[in-house]
Amino acid sequence: MPDKPKVAFYWCASCGGCEEAVVDLAEDILKVVEAVDIVLWPVAMDFKKADIAARPDKSVAVAFINGAIRTSEQEEWVHMLRRKAQVVVSFGACANSGGIPALANQFKKEDILKFVYEDCPGIDNPQKIRPQTSTVDEGRTLTLPVLHNMVRSLDQVIEVDYYLPGCPPTPKIIMSAVQAILAGKLPARGTVLSPDIALCEECKRKDSKPADLALAEFKRPHQVQIDPEKCLLAQGLVCMGPATRSGCEALCPSGNMPCTGCFGPTSRVKDQGAKFVSSVFSNIVPKEEKDIDAVLDGIPDPIGTFYRYGLSKCILRRKLN
Amino acid sequence: MSFEPKIVAFFCNWCTYTAADLAGVSRLKYAPNVRVIRVMCSGRVDPQFVMDAFAKGADGVLLGGCHPGDCHYAEGNYKTLRRMRMLNRMLKDMGIEDGRFRLEWISGAEGEKVKVTVNDMVAKVRALGPLDMPGKFKEWDKEIEELEAHVNSDAPTEVAHAR
Ligand code: SF4
Ligand code: SF4
Ligand code: FES
Repeated sequence: MPDKPKVAFYWCASCGGCEEAVVDLAEDILKVVEAVDIVLWPVAMDFKKADIAARPDKSVAVAFINGAIRTSEQEEWVHMLRRKAQVVVSFGACANSGGIPALANQFKKEDILKFVYEDCPGIDNPQKIRPQTSTVDEGRTLTLPVLHNMVRSLDQVIEVDYYLPGCPPTPKIIMSAVQAILAGKLPARGTVLSPDIALCEECKRKDSKPADLALAEFKRPHQVQIDPEKCLLAQGLVCMGPATRSGCEALCPSGNMPCTGCFGPTSRVKDQGAKFVSSVFSNIVPKEEKDIDAVLDGIPDPIGTFYRYGLSKCILRRKLN
Repeated sequence: MSFEPKIVAFFCNWCTYTAADLAGVSRLKYAPNVRVIRVMCSGRVDPQFVMDAFAKGADGVLLGGCHPGDCHYAEGNYKTLRRMRMLNRMLKDMGIEDGRFRLEWISGAEGEKVKVTVNDMVAKVRALGPLDMPGKFKEWDKEIEELEAHVNSDAPTEVAHAR
């Protein structure tokens, strides 16, 4: 019997939700486990770095990597996995575009460390001790990874072959990707493994989305009684559907919440946030600066709203200074 | 060497570009720092274009269109105004100074306004200094150059994460 293809899972700056998504495959996970040989999966199995380092180059068929890259340790791991794997799949929003961790690109590293280790209300650290990359304790040197100045997507650090979008990717798109990989039926390198059309196309509320949105006000979900049938954008809620790739089957609008954009943009769009602004804000009602500004005030945090999962992939990449 | 700002200008075909033409025909002198890109309407300019211009090295971006009510396509410039009000907020949040991006309505008859606007913008951007996003990108990525070579060397030793 020929060897089963070897598969590695790895996590970087992530919340564990992408691991959960793999477990959420439920019975399907058994089919996966049967078909492949898992050689690395830190959340579930006890393999060490040395085990992977000892493998010949390109001996792992596929590496699924989730999480953004923030530390030198993550960086080192992904370079190693790139070397060992034939195919690298960027798994989930954080790996694809920085995800929630990338919101930290609005702040300087020093400000983050100062807040976390000194100013945060829950901290008790009178000596203002900060983690050090190297500490000598009883004659032994202990090291910690370097925290980089910014959060990067996986493809800003290594070459990526395919992308699975979502926060986290849904069982359906994971399974179809796994099946395509096992069958050797993969599309062109660089493809995002989810339909290349806007989310609105698969949203049940689509028919109530007017061609001309004519929005006079933006509201946040807690401020309104949300109509369960009508297009959320038409109700004045920031629904990222028009600038987001489909594939999740409009999970959030189906649950009566606006899409926050976790699947990232379609292939024609370079910058999801800027594109959303382009398409939706052109159609707000007012024509005078002052009235326009009053409508825009309804969105107090534009960067955090339009780049909730993708600030690493904003054309500008991070806040300056 | 003194700093010469690079300004990318998107001018709509029907008004501002015509005005820039008029400024030329009238031999009005204005700062040579603008690279004009003609678009059919200011409404064609996606906020992505503005960000991309900065990312590719522009120190300033100027967007010119017809006066409100005069857009050749009726509503194009209103769409522009609304988008760009939001873009302004986003650029500010991303640390790009006020004055690096500017929207002006300049009709086909206002050659003089092209001159005044360009000169004023060049002076202000010169005072702000270079933006140099391509240089910043390079600088930012220096922190991830070292490890790649280390991991891909043929005899990787246990890596010292501390640097
Ligand atoms: S904007 Fe949102 S609610 Fe409206 S159709 Fe698109 S995805 Fe559905
Ligand atoms: S509706 Fe939007 S935010 Fe919700 S899962 Fe789908 S892509 Fe993600
Ligand atoms: S044609 Fe000039 S702004 Fe639309």
